[in-house]
Amino acid sequence: MLSVKNLIDTTSLTADDITQILDLGRTFAEVNNRDVKKVPALRGRTIVNLFLEPSTRTRSSFELAEKRLSADALNMGGSTSSVVKGESLADTIQTISAMNVDMFICRAQFAGTPELITQNTDAKVINAGDGKHQHPTQAMLDLFTIREHFGHLDGLKVAIVGDLLHSRVCGSLAAALKTMGAEVVFVGPPTFQVIDPAYYGVEQTANLDEVIEECDVVYMLRVQLERMGGAAIPSRREYNRLYGLDETRLKRMKENSIVCHPGPMNRGMEIMPEVADSAKARILDQVNAGVATRMAAMYLLLGGESDGLA
Amino acid sequence: MVLLKQGHLIDPQVNLDGIFDIAIVGEKIAKVAPHIETDDAVFATGAAGGSAGATSATAASADEGFSDVEVIDCGGKLIFPGLVDMHVHFREPGFEYKEDIETGSRAAAHGGYTDVATMPNTDPVTDTGSGIKFQIDRAQEVGLVNVRPIGALTHNEEGEALAEIGDMTLVGAAGFSDDGHGVQSSGMMRTCMEYVSQFDRPVIAHCEDESLSGKGVINEGRASTRLGMFGWPALAEELEVWRDIELCRITGCPLHIAHISTKRSLELVKAAKADGLPVTCEVTPQHLFLNEEDITHTYNTNLKINPPLRTLNDMTALLEGVKDGSIDAIVSDHAPHAEHEKDCEFEIAYFGTIGLETTLPLVMNNLVGEGLIDYNRLVELLAVNPRKILRLEPVSLSEGSAASLTIVDEKKEVDVVPGYFQSKSKNSAFLGQKLTGAATDVFVDGKQTLKESVVVG
Repeated sequence: MLSVKNLIDTTSLTADDITQILDLGRTFAEVNNRDVKKVPALRGRTIVNLFLEPSTRTRSSFELAEKRLSADALNMGGSTSSVVKGESLADTIQTISAMNVDMFICRAQFAGTPELITQNTDAKVINAGDGKHQHPTQAMLDLFTIREHFGHLDGLKVAIVGDLLHSRVCGSLAAALKTMGAEVVFVGPPTFQVIDPAYYGVEQTANLDEVIEECDVVYMLRVQLERMGGAAIPSRREYNRLYGLDETRLKRMKENSIVCHPGPMNRGMEIMPEVADSAKARILDQVNAGVATRMAAMYLLLGGESDGLA
Repeated sequence: MVLLKQGHLIDPQVNLDGIFDIAIVGEKIAKVAPHIETDDAVFATGAAGGSAGATSATAASADEGFSDVEVIDCGGKLIFPGLVDMHVHFREPGFEYKEDIETGSRAAAHGGYTDVATMPNTDPVTDTGSGIKFQIDRAQEVGLVNVRPIGALTHNEEGEALAEIGDMTLVGAAGFSDDGHGVQSSGMMRTCMEYVSQFDRPVIAHCEDESLSGKGVINEGRASTRLGMFGWPALAEELEVWRDIELCRITGCPLHIAHISTKRSLELVKAAKADGLPVTCEVTPQHLFLNEEDITHTYNTNLKINPPLRTLNDMTALLEGVKDGSIDAIVSDHAPHAEHEKDCEFEIAYFGTIGLETTLPLVMNNLVGEGLIDYNRLVELLAVNPRKILRLEPVSLSEGSAASLTIVDEKKEVDVVPGYFQSKSKNSAFLGQKLTGAATDVFVDGKQTLKESVVVG
């Protein structure tokens, strides 16, 4: 059992919670490698995928996870959501809850939406990314990927590089890594830096080349091209020169180190194609881990024990 | 005619701090003395219809007193000069679904106020004499509180062309402000302050450089990082505070800084005062008693206010400013919003909290009750200084003054729940608190508007 009722924010997870999710994720990863990739673990349970902003990758990952757990899924959001018709979110949630659903998976444009959902339903809630705030299942799949490679998380040094300020991945990943005993450094141009890195207990620098040789994991964040209009960085070219992960920088990395990226990648900007496709890259492993760790999170929140499965 | 018996009068303007009786005849205080009886001669003039020469009316019933004198026992209660909230939003015209002049007036009376200054961000914006006159007339029809409208500085609060400031002054505007957003252009602000300087009215500055506050919804710093939302930096306020003080220096126009929220802003105001400039400032209870740490993972939208709740360090500095006199007034910035405008995600919720009915209880409970200030200072902050800043006729607890006064029970318990409010909206940042100390009776120009905690009429 997890210490939390809902998965909203990695800052509220204990090391034991995270370990349970990662361990059970490993069990489900084995399920995902079978010919028949399905267990009856959540048969009869109803899960609502409420995606209030566009998402392809995360949504597909959750949908597959639900199918493989034999849960029934209801997809809502985008143009099918009554939220866009002027109904308040509270009304929408109460309406859906009245149909006896067990869980909401919520992706939202605004921070705090998943928490608002918890205030309007008895169903469990998983935050699938809320505004610039948190993306806890992304953090779980990242930790899973890193742990698979190193066998542990404590003592590792992880650089999170890029648009830290506008990133929900950054906050949830940094907090989870710190909880598991890893060291984290934020790297990005000052206009993209976290306002208060001390909140996460991490150091922050604008100089990638200064830290790249010490890191076990270099985690490249996607640069939101739509933010370029705000003139936080002058050009793709300059960003690539200062912060892009290219072969020169790749060669300076530690021997057993890895490269991660939450996707979708801007090849040629924050990451060069030869790096994305290199032996150090764990980008597709991350995607693969997403289904298994989401299965684990859903299963644990819906009351399952991590023993005796599969 | 009313006789208030044995209240504890507090009025630093006339050095009053003790038990007295007050005789109210018509719209005025007729007498203040240790003991006044219902047969006192001051009631004779009232009984005779206020005619000065009609002393023969004393013959009526000298033994029993004048029968139409209402006696109110104020034993154990405090009596202050009528309180003034110099920063409220009554939303009429245009947003009557949030509040209107009638419900706003009821909230003001319930909270203990005799006068309020209403901000001009109505629809249409109150930027003409007729807009000012509408509010004054409507408030007089309601008859619960004196509304002292603040006119817009610029046409439609767009910051581009002067509003008809002279016309508004002539019909009773108490000051000028583009409250809701700062005047972004420094040149335009200079023009505004130069123009207003001829009228003996304050410019009330909402200080916010929007190129810095941007999409910010919460203080930039720990809170914006923790909750993952755009920050509204202290600097966005402080830059305009500094700018407007310098514009005050060259124009001589009285400047009043609205809802000051940071330590550095207060330091700038203190320095301006030390230079002898006509600069004053106000603070809200939300900035005095709450800080960014109060916004938790629940994203309580009633704590989304503009300027945002700042750090504990800022809050502490503001409390010190209230104590040491560098802050002139406490205002509610009463900002009603409908339920659907607050029952939503924090980032899209409207800015503001209501406050007319909680400000006095909060000040009594948290400032006087905790020993930070005494009642004389409370009266300065909530009555004397706001009248001075708005150039209103002084009101004191003395013979000949308008009979506008607030009677307070120090022991009255206030449970801040939605049902407590007379305001049409319930978006209070202080919901759930239990406070001690509140107004029980209010007189506005001799007319009782609050009686035993119930709004009259």
